[in-house]
Amino acid sequence: MRVVAFTSIAALAGLVAAAADERPIELKPGAGREAVEDNCGACHSLDYILMNSPFLNAAGWNAEVTKMIKAFGAPINETDAKSIANYLAKNYGS
Amino acid sequence: MITRRRLIEAAGAGVACAGGGPGAPLLYAATAGVPLSPGVPAGLDGSAVLEALPGKQPLIKLSYRPPNYESPLQYFDTPITPNDRFYVRYHLADIPNVDAKTLDAKTYKIVVGGEGANAQAEITFDDLKKFPAYEIVAVNQCSGNRRGLSQPHVPGVQWGYGAMGCARWKGARLKDLLDRVGLKKEAIEIAFNGADGPAFDQTPDFIKSLPVWKAIDESTLVAYEMNGEPLPHFNGYPARLVVPGWTGTYWMKHLIDINVMTRPQGGFWMNPAYRIPVGEFPAVVRFMTQETATTAPITEMVVNSLITSHADGAEVKAGTITMRGLAWDGGYGIRAVEASTDGGQSWSAATLGDDLGRFAFRPWSFDLTVRSGKNTVTVNATNKRGETQVAALLFNPAGYHNNVRQSVTLNAA
Repeated sequence: MRVVAFTSIAALAGLVAAAADERPIELKPGAGREAVEDNCGACHSLDYILMNSPFLNAAGWNAEVTKMIKAFGAPINETDAKSIANYLAKNYGS
Repeated sequence: MITRRRLIEAAGAGVACAGGGPGAPLLYAATAGVPLSPGVPAGLDGSAVLEALPGKQPLIKLSYRPPNYESPLQYFDTPITPNDRFYVRYHLADIPNVDAKTLDAKTYKIVVGGEGANAQAEITFDDLKKFPAYEIVAVNQCSGNRRGLSQPHVPGVQWGYGAMGCARWKGARLKDLLDRVGLKKEAIEIAFNGADGPAFDQTPDFIKSLPVWKAIDESTLVAYEMNGEPLPHFNGYPARLVVPGWTGTYWMKHLIDINVMTRPQGGFWMNPAYRIPVGEFPAVVRFMTQETATTAPITEMVVNSLITSHADGAEVKAGTITMRGLAWDGGYGIRAVEASTDGGQSWSAATLGDDLGRFAFRPWSFDLTVRSGKNTVTVNATNKRGETQVAALLFNPAGYHNNVRQSVTLNAA
């Protein structure tokens, strides 16, 4: 999917800005970031994480990771799942 | 209509709003140029951006993949939402490519059949247009519109006010497509699938069902036009379901499969997704074959309204100003919109505008006198069944049906 990205607000009405793909989402550095990028980013953009912060506590983030595995079938191994939940709670938790 | 100048002012000015009639500049509170609704999670600051998908005006990007983009408040200044300002909502990331023409209208077809049907049929785009055509003006609102305002916050796409729009839809009656195959007496639900799918094959495909009675309602359409034009790609080209009165989750985009079922559709997107606690909301129409002891599928929209002329925190001149907005419900029609300037102790009737049908946005306007300092205005809509908006949130874990009365504070100089 391609989106047309606007680099300046002045281009709003012009619709002439260069086309750009999904812009990379920079997550906070920390242990587990790579597991998040590799696993979560395979099925959805990482802005979902920023958008859902910082109101989830550790249990809340753990439930989200579990939901992705159990309900959405995400192929995440146990080690990565723990690492992801810890990273999210520490960096994007309440 | 929004002019380029207005949008630039809106983005650059931060917090400012001049009230008044048409033609007055509309300036909205904005975070780094993005007009977010007040109360959404702080994580949207810097994450949400104004971006235009192909064929669209800039919308507020909440997520790239799958694409979830809401309409800024400025786009609701008319009761019909233009196609290029209409919000975009997908559940799964593998969506038809807008460039590759994977949904070429020449090869597109809808398969109609299933164990509850007497026959199977394939309906091409040309076939679809040969059915008698009907038009209806109807609001499409995401079940989770205003989820981002939920307190406490709940996980999901953090929509503000803009996961909704109202269009004039044209298409064939779903009933007429179903008549092509005939329903067995055992048929209880009709399930729908679109051409979009998951990025990973173990993820449940987005499939939704309707009870037969709603599917064969004369207002339920398979639409191929929106506001007199082909559907925008991101709103379901070439054809989508239109289910007036019911939340957007049932309005399947890129419709390719209609499955007549003799048992309840049992997929993830029917249960546990899109569920409300039994008994929490007004007794609206029920989808009995999907209910459990504790949860029911969301069905009709609850009565609601939005102030569109002024954002919270807007700067106005003391004196008489006109506030404008929209009201809508699940298809009973709007009976009244009232505004209060004293915290809900007394209410004055707003003037209702053009009636485009019971499923449409109903515009309203309200003249009020503002004094120097802060003036808080609260708005409440009532539908023709006498249902009103709620004073306090009816919390539910998915953040659905948020129809808390909206208040804005105007700063008058």
